[in-house]
Amino acid sequence: MTGTRGAGRRRARTGEQLMVPRAEFDSYYGRPVIKAPSWAARDIAGYFFLGGLAGAGSVVAAGAHLTGRGRTATAMKVSSLTAVSLSAAALIHDLGRPERFANMLRVFKPTSPMSVGSWLLSAYGPAAGAAAVSAVTGRLPRAGAAATAAAALLGPAVAAYTGVLAADTAVPAWHGAHRELPYLFAASATAAAAGMALVAGPVRENTPARCAAGLAALAETAVTEAAEHRLGMVAETYREGRAGTLLRASRVLTLAGGLAAACLGHRRPAAVASGLALLAGSVCTRFGVFAAGVASAEDPKYTVVPQREGT
Amino acid sequence: MSAGSEERVGFFTDTSVCIGCKACEVACKEWNAIPEDGLSLSGMSYDNTQALGASTWRHVAFIEQPRPEGRTELPLTEPASANGPRHGDGGPAGDMRWLMSSDVCKHCTHAACLDVCPTGSLFRTEFGTVVVQEDICNGCGYCVPACPYGVIEQRPDDGRAFKCTLCYDRLGAGQEPACAKACPTESIRFGPLDELRERAALRVDQLHKEGVTEARLYGHDPDNGVGGDGAFFLLLDRPEVYGLPPDPVVTTRDLPTMWKHAGAAALSLLGGLALSFALPGRGRR
Repeated sequence: MTGTRGAGRRRARTGEQLMVPRAEFDSYYGRPVIKAPSWAARDIAGYFFLGGLAGAGSVVAAGAHLTGRGRTATAMKVSSLTAVSLSAAALIHDLGRPERFANMLRVFKPTSPMSVGSWLLSAYGPAAGAAAVSAVTGRLPRAGAAATAAAALLGPAVAAYTGVLAADTAVPAWHGAHRELPYLFAASATAAAAGMALVAGPVRENTPARCAAGLAALAETAVTEAAEHRLGMVAETYREGRAGTLLRASRVLTLAGGLAAACLGHRRPAAVASGLALLAGSVCTRFGVFAAGVASAEDPKYTVVPQREGT
Repeated sequence: MSAGSEERVGFFTDTSVCIGCKACEVACKEWNAIPEDGLSLSGMSYDNTQALGASTWRHVAFIEQPRPEGRTELPLTEPASANGPRHGDGGPAGDMRWLMSSDVCKHCTHAACLDVCPTGSLFRTEFGTVVVQEDICNGCGYCVPACPYGVIEQRPDDGRAFKCTLCYDRLGAGQEPACAKACPTESIRFGPLDELRERAALRVDQLHKEGVTEARLYGHDPDNGVGGDGAFFLLLDRPEVYGLPPDPVVTTRDLPTMWKHAGAAALSLLGGLALSFALPGRGRR
């Protein structure tokens, strides 16, 4: 029993001879080298989506607030508050010791994207909350406007840092794309927020959302392309299995949603349909990237081969 | 803060003298009161432990290899005899070789688990080792995918992350770690890291002279991707054969780049949405 030549079986499958000098990668009984995250996809990929929706949504809310699109502004503020509340719930639910969630604010560590994110969320969450409460109740409009502005300034950081959160690991499909993931997540967040504005806002106010939807769809497609190009053989994990299915669905939904929003978004049914497609596309992007990361961690090939090529 | 008040200590695991007795695994489990984590037959040679994890802080790997052409058998502790390389212990043709290696947390100089820990639960001790404070850990699980060696893990029924402490309690009392104490062949050597590195260099030279050209050190170099491992190894094949990454890098090395891109991405998001409001806004309102 040799058991250690992971590529041996692979070679045999492709019909090549085992006579070739040395398999291009070895492994210990095909076992993973690194440990895949034990995070639940529903909690963490779900948070990537919700955090993005909240963060980018606060910018849309502020834009709508500033340009007198009142109904969209209120809808987006409520959406962001809901999304950030669900985010917090998902993050706490995923902890091994949920009762110790407050330990997240025990220290501030710039070397830990999770620490930075915890502090970001603890500043952003109350701002988003105050903006929503003020908009819905009509009370303290000045404080509401200030909270809206604060949420809009912190929102993009909330939407983009999750890319770093994933990339700052040994997971090949995430770390390998560490330059692209923040842009991918920011674009996906923008698509989701534009989608929500299309669904929740009236048609006469939705021109900016339609424009943003088109831009975000194009940006997301381009960045995904760039990430896969950079990843080389690890990009397989973005194309195969569950991740492949999700990311293909994401591409179709996002591009179709973006295109439909830009061209047909002045009609209510088309606006709602394209908005839902964009939201669903963003969900698929996050769960797809998450699944690709797990797949890349579970196969030693994706750890060993890129490191061998680097040496 | 990381400047140790004590000398930095570590392990040098010389796998060329490991006999696969698993005394290190047992001693570790016993001393640290680590719970049982599954009793099953893996089919992986004599390795039913399978991997390092939350409840396995020493793991002995067993690799059965067909001996490649011209590969010498280990002289073990005896110098090469006049009749050339020895044959296996009664093995009929000696056409197989067994590699055994006791793996452990590397206690990296630049430890990703420690860097990414959001609570400060993971810390650097005065001995230069990396330890989890179990009363602080909230089980966020970030250290798990951050470790380039797949060492640290959450215990499912507990939620918190656990790994080798290099017997922090024993070090404090001037004792060596339980695994090193139990190792009958001195395959696991404990001591000041500088001394271990010197010893290891001598040992690998000795093996090379005796014809074991495949002997190599792993993790000893302070210039490697993790700034040198506090626990390093002498291996007889490529690291990946033992389930070790060939050229691991601490993920936080790229963190400044990531933060820059995240900043640019956040600004792009802001700019893109501002543009979306500015352009059509002219005609509309």
